[in-house]
Amino acid sequence: MSAWSQLVDYLTTAANWTGQAGIVHRLEEHAALTGVSVAIAAAIALPLGLTLGHHGRGGTLAINITNVGRAIPTFAVLTLLTLSPVGIGNTSTVIALVLFALPPLVTNSYIGLSEVDGEARDAARGMGMSGWQLFRRVELPLGMPLIMAGVRIATVQVVATATIAALVGAGGLGRLITDGLSSHNQGQLLAGAVVVAVLALIVETTLALVQRRVDPLRRLRSIAASRAVDVT
Amino acid sequence: MVLPAAGDCLLRNAWICGKYVSTRRDTILADLRQHVILTVVAVVIGFLLSVPLTLFVRRFRRAEGAVIGLTSILYGVPSVALFAVLVPFTGLTARTVEIGLVTYTLVIFVRNNLAGLDAVPADVRDAAQGMGMGSTRMLLRVELPLALPAILAGFRVATVSTVALVTVGALVGTGGLGQELNDAFSSYFKAEALTASVLCVLLAVVADLLIVGVGWWLTPWRRGRQT
Repeated sequence: MSAWSQLVDYLTTAANWTGQAGIVHRLEEHAALTGVSVAIAAAIALPLGLTLGHHGRGGTLAINITNVGRAIPTFAVLTLLTLSPVGIGNTSTVIALVLFALPPLVTNSYIGLSEVDGEARDAARGMGMSGWQLFRRVELPLGMPLIMAGVRIATVQVVATATIAALVGAGGLGRLITDGLSSHNQGQLLAGAVVVAVLALIVETTLALVQRRVDPLRRLRSIAASRAVDVT
Repeated sequence: MVLPAAGDCLLRNAWICGKYVSTRRDTILADLRQHVILTVVAVVIGFLLSVPLTLFVRRFRRAEGAVIGLTSILYGVPSVALFAVLVPFTGLTARTVEIGLVTYTLVIFVRNNLAGLDAVPADVRDAAQGMGMGSTRMLLRVELPLALPAILAGFRVATVSTVALVTVGALVGTGGLGQELNDAFSSYFKAEALTASVLCVLLAVVADLLIVGVGWWLTPWRRGRQT
């Protein structure tokens, strides 16, 4: 039987969707791990990145943290945590996921704020805005697209990393893949791969849309674009 | 009673253990070698494939949206899923890992190549044309040198992320140092886990520095300037 018909077989068998090892339960585990990790990471990284960006300090740290994050293998962190006193289970997974979600969040919120047009900042100061008002009413809205880009990158990364967690026995959709491999069940293996890929793409597209929506200059830009078309 | 275990880091299952490194040197070196080879092959093939694709997009601009969109979708597929999808076709082999790795490096290179070439100032292009350069000569003599920093940045990102990603290849049995991590996890062997992790990060740092060095050598006009 070809790989694809095994995949279709697996996906069309109702029993594969239910129960502890079913697709629905694995999806729930995956969503819970992702949601908790992104929330914790955002609670740590956003205040840090935004504060650094508002004061225009710590740029080197904020930028380089992403490069450091890239060099550290997820699998290594997961293995080390599992062998550490934290042990096997959700705590290890969440710690690893949070660690990998921090860099894009810090970097993007820092850049989002520090790249705000100096003239806009001067104008706000000239209008008598305090530091907090400047942050809340000028920097934050203008930096929002980049901050959201950080949230998008971090979330997509966490969705992908949560899959790797199956290599150290954690739950989530990656388990369909590792279980499928160890039981020579190609249908399950492919089903896991397809569901993970589709989930990652849905998250990416949805958050990319949100990112566009939160751009306060979105309307201005489209007006400018339409005017430019009119001129030519 | 004398317990020989007291001083033996292997029996204590210590995180740092010189005895582990000295007794298992051959295995560690073999996995390190596989790790380096997997990385180099993925980076080189990814770059070679990115060249025609970059030129294609520059020649047919209308294809840009489609190519960038498709490569972004591929890049968005988590590595575990990508390796898994390939298993029914290429089996539990190094080829499965290599195809997966090349997919990611290819995307990084195409994006950076295009960004570098597109950033060449229009007046420089006009000047080259005014000097009578054809499109091929302009590409090789003007655009390529100017795009080199961006292309090298692509090499850095592709290499460092591939070094980290190779470990996931352990899923299908070819993971370089990832094999050590896999083994350490299943046998609860701390020294093996820490040694493999440290080697992975060191390898990434060394590779990154090498590329920075090559970039310094290839772009003498940028020396002394901050990168």
